[in-house]
Amino acid sequence: METYYCPADLDRFAEMGRNRPDLWTKFKEYYDAVFADGALSEREKSLIALAVAHAVQCPYCIDAYTRSSLEHGADLDQMTEAVHVANAIRGGASLVHGVQMRAIATRLGM
Amino acid sequence: MPSLLQIAHPLASPREQLRTLEETGAPSFDAMLHERGLPPLRTDRIEVLQVNVGKLCNQTCAHCHVDAGPDRKEIMGREVAEQVIELLRRHPIPTLDVTGGAPELNPFFRYLVREARRLGRRVLDRCNLTVLRIRGQQDLVDFLAEHRVEVIASLPSFRPAGTEAQRGEGVFEKSIEALRRLNAAGYGKGRGLVLDLVHNPVGAFLPASQATLEREYRRELASRYGVVFDRLYTITNMPISRFLEFLERTGNTERYMDLLVRSFNPAAVGSVMCRTMISVGWDGRLYDCDFNQMLELPAGYGAPRTLGELLEAPDLSRRIVTDRHCFGCTAGAGSSCGGALT
Repeated sequence: METYYCPADLDRFAEMGRNRPDLWTKFKEYYDAVFADGALSEREKSLIALAVAHAVQCPYCIDAYTRSSLEHGADLDQMTEAVHVANAIRGGASLVHGVQMRAIATRLGM
Repeated sequence: MPSLLQIAHPLASPREQLRTLEETGAPSFDAMLHERGLPPLRTDRIEVLQVNVGKLCNQTCAHCHVDAGPDRKEIMGREVAEQVIELLRRHPIPTLDVTGGAPELNPFFRYLVREARRLGRRVLDRCNLTVLRIRGQQDLVDFLAEHRVEVIASLPSFRPAGTEAQRGEGVFEKSIEALRRLNAAGYGKGRGLVLDLVHNPVGAFLPASQATLEREYRRELASRYGVVFDRLYTITNMPISRFLEFLERTGNTERYMDLLVRSFNPAAVGSVMCRTMISVGWDGRLYDCDFNQMLELPAGYGAPRTLGELLEAPDLSRRIVTDRHCFGCTAGAGSSCGGALT
């Protein structure tokens, strides 16, 4: 069955460099620099990426950063906590908008 | 957990393991070398005599390429142990690398250590850590320290879950306690008593960069457990024996072999460990590495087949026997008993 998302497409990511390779090169250099060991370790960055991948619901990123987290020594407890962080922020972001709802309702209501 | 041999699993057979790898469609290793314009592997100067003193072990790890365990009884006897020392007398091989199983459980382990040290050789003990706690081994740490044996200890994760998924329930806590005892004896403090750790991925993927993981291990082990060590080695899991059984059971074999082949790194080929070592089996047979030993792929191309033959041979050089498992040593940053290669 055809689907919009295909797991094999993850390995084809670099095809985005076939047109405007200058932009791809800039992106790749930036991307690699972002994920290098720095004030945060590569494992910590992988866990952040894993959480963000769930927040933006990107199956390619979830695949890539599940592997990366495992490779860098994270375990399922840590990865699950990362996903809960994403979930808490997403849920919290919805809930905090309730204040807006309450403000409008207070203004309009009797 | 019993060994594959104990339960008569088909993958206890080396022939079946090689057939399973062939069925993945992975190219032959020598064909890959040829395709990349690389010559067949040959030994350089022999730096390491790696001796597998037997398959007896107090653990039954899920990834073990030896299929070692408490139910394995194949261990090196006195005659072969004496031949090992005689080889060191006749050839200036600088390092004796003792592995198993749990090598310390062999009754001639301490003989090998004492005699090799008396000959001035560096001695490595590939230690599973928990062996330091078992009955009859209470003085092992002191013995290792007295003879300045370098300890290379398995700890696949700085987290309990990963370590125990690979090495068994309760192993993490026991390993930390053993590391603390080694630290207390002066190991891992940069003062000559070397304590190196080994990381194997806990699953069907390659290890991250050795330097990166070493920083993580250093920070986590020091801050959570007060444990210090010298270096971390990352070793890729070989698709043979129990790890192959795991790959088969989880439907990962083809994907893992494809990962190893796709990650072939020509830069790692120049420093694969087989180029600088001889591997000796518990029965005195010779191999190009411990993995070939477990696959029963003996040293070939006219090289001596036993320690007895080798003792008569002035030249230790030889062409290396390869098969598809060799992609495990050349994937990504490369892998060896001494960690990453590039």
